[in-house]
Amino acid sequence: MTHNSMTSLDRVLTTLGHGEPDRVPLFLLLSLHGAREMGVSIQRYFSKPDLVAEGQLRLRKKIGHDCLYSFFYAAVEVEAWGGEVIHVYDGPPNSGMPFIRKMDQIDSLEPPSVRDTPCLYKVLEATKAMKDAVGTDAPIIGVVMSPFSLPVMQMGFGPYFDLMHEQTDRFDRLMAVNTAFCVEWANAQLTAGATAICYFDPVSSTTIIPADMYRKTGKIIATKTISRIQGPVATHMASGACLKIVSDIHQTGTAVVGVSADENLRDLKQACAGKLTVLGNLNGLEMIDWTEKEAISAVRKAIDHAGPGGGFILSDNHGEIPWQVSENVLMAVSHAVHEYGQYPVRQMESE
Amino acid sequence: MADNDSYPELKQEFLKALLSLDRIQAERILTDISHLKNAPCSSESLIVDVLETIGTEWENGKFALSQVYMSGRICEELVAHVPVQTRIPQKNAPAMAIALLNDYHALGKRMVLSVLHSAGYAVTDYGRMDVPNLVAAIKQDGIQIILISVLMLPSALHVKDLRQTLNAAGLLVKIIVGGAPFRLNKELWKTVGADAAGHTAADAIDIIDSICREKTP
Repeated sequence: MTHNSMTSLDRVLTTLGHGEPDRVPLFLLLSLHGAREMGVSIQRYFSKPDLVAEGQLRLRKKIGHDCLYSFFYAAVEVEAWGGEVIHVYDGPPNSGMPFIRKMDQIDSLEPPSVRDTPCLYKVLEATKAMKDAVGTDAPIIGVVMSPFSLPVMQMGFGPYFDLMHEQTDRFDRLMAVNTAFCVEWANAQLTAGATAICYFDPVSSTTIIPADMYRKTGKIIATKTISRIQGPVATHMASGACLKIVSDIHQTGTAVVGVSADENLRDLKQACAGKLTVLGNLNGLEMIDWTEKEAISAVRKAIDHAGPGGGFILSDNHGEIPWQVSENVLMAVSHAVHEYGQYPVRQMESE
Repeated sequence: MADNDSYPELKQEFLKALLSLDRIQAERILTDISHLKNAPCSSESLIVDVLETIGTEWENGKFALSQVYMSGRICEELVAHVPVQTRIPQKNAPAMAIALLNDYHALGKRMVLSVLHSAGYAVTDYGRMDVPNLVAAIKQDGIQIILISVLMLPSALHVKDLRQTLNAAGLLVKIIVGGAPFRLNKELWKTVGADAAGHTAADAIDIIDSICREKTP
């Protein structure tokens, strides 16, 4: 096989093996833009699995990135637990009032059954449809919220910090319930056709908790959870910092880490080299205002910092590109990767 | 701010107590200050200074959000229980309020309130509101400074609607914004028509002080 004949999946697998494929893989994590592609509202889009599958396929064909993203929206997991979800016209459905309003609710909390939960079933249906269409040409990335980060939506950030610091027995109980759900949800997506699971774990980032606390909490939970997920896992910090805990993240059994735009990509690549593939770190919120020229410049800089040697997938820093990012910018990002991401990468300083 | 030689050590001690969630030690420090005739600082200025430091160091990547939150919460509790010398209520200070715009993520709002209460500011908490209800409340209460905390980008973009609606109603209100979208896109606060953005909860104090100075003839 020559480099030029690589499929997206081959390209990604070579990267995960810390080798250099034909070019830097591009994961445009476009959960919302498919609605625009299909000419429907975001709420309508997520109500029909076939719309989501078709939206993903059309976006990949048009933009030329290297994955399909079966993620609907983070709050789908809250919906599964019976929580409120608020739909907006210009962004992802958002979690409403937390459904754990008193700490003692945790004592009797039971996880939903994935197969019996319509909102999760839609995600599985969309995943199956994507798999039927794409086969082994491109990876399908499924998503779970980590058991450690889900409580932000279940009970709110402040009460969750209170629980974490002051009620360790209840914290342990919530982690056990959430882990059972997370493992079932991840494995159901893999069975439906997802190639890998993106384990969103922003609370573990050092932006949210100190590194020593991560080692006593989020790391242990991630290690236990990831060991029970029957497929490859990518941990995503959803804009949170992780440079100080890269070695710990590696020890959880994950293969990839999604990194923040707030940290130096060159430093991150160096810390992860040979251990973790780096996923990131274009600033999705700045992308809203980018010109095409700025998009190209950001892509070149990222490739320059993290591309050499493989082990790097270009993506945004949050795991969800805002609805407000224009198609022109997305196309410019893709063109820049195809132009400047060919291996061996041309270093900017040499030009 | 105190200029006494013992202040840096005292500050470090209070900082350590907050970061290790040692309420008893934190309370002891504040109580001691309130009993000292020649204390190196007021308890209020110590709280504000330490919370500002924690907020700045969070922004610099040294501390974590959980530490910012827990420190603010402890200080808020201490202000309620210990005879903390807060700023004399500023009778001429503009009426101010804080709100979540559409989304339910209340952490930022709570942290800002903790800092402002600890610093002796009176702030009305409107909770979660949409633009029309928020404008009505601002008008009814004569609010001159509105602090908006958001987590989600669509909520951040709705600040633009708030600005336009306030302008259309002829209400001269300063809008101070904060939250993740404004931290990750440093120009966004200008785009949506806010007057200032705080990157940490403690930034609110400096911004409000600055507005108060502007308003004072």
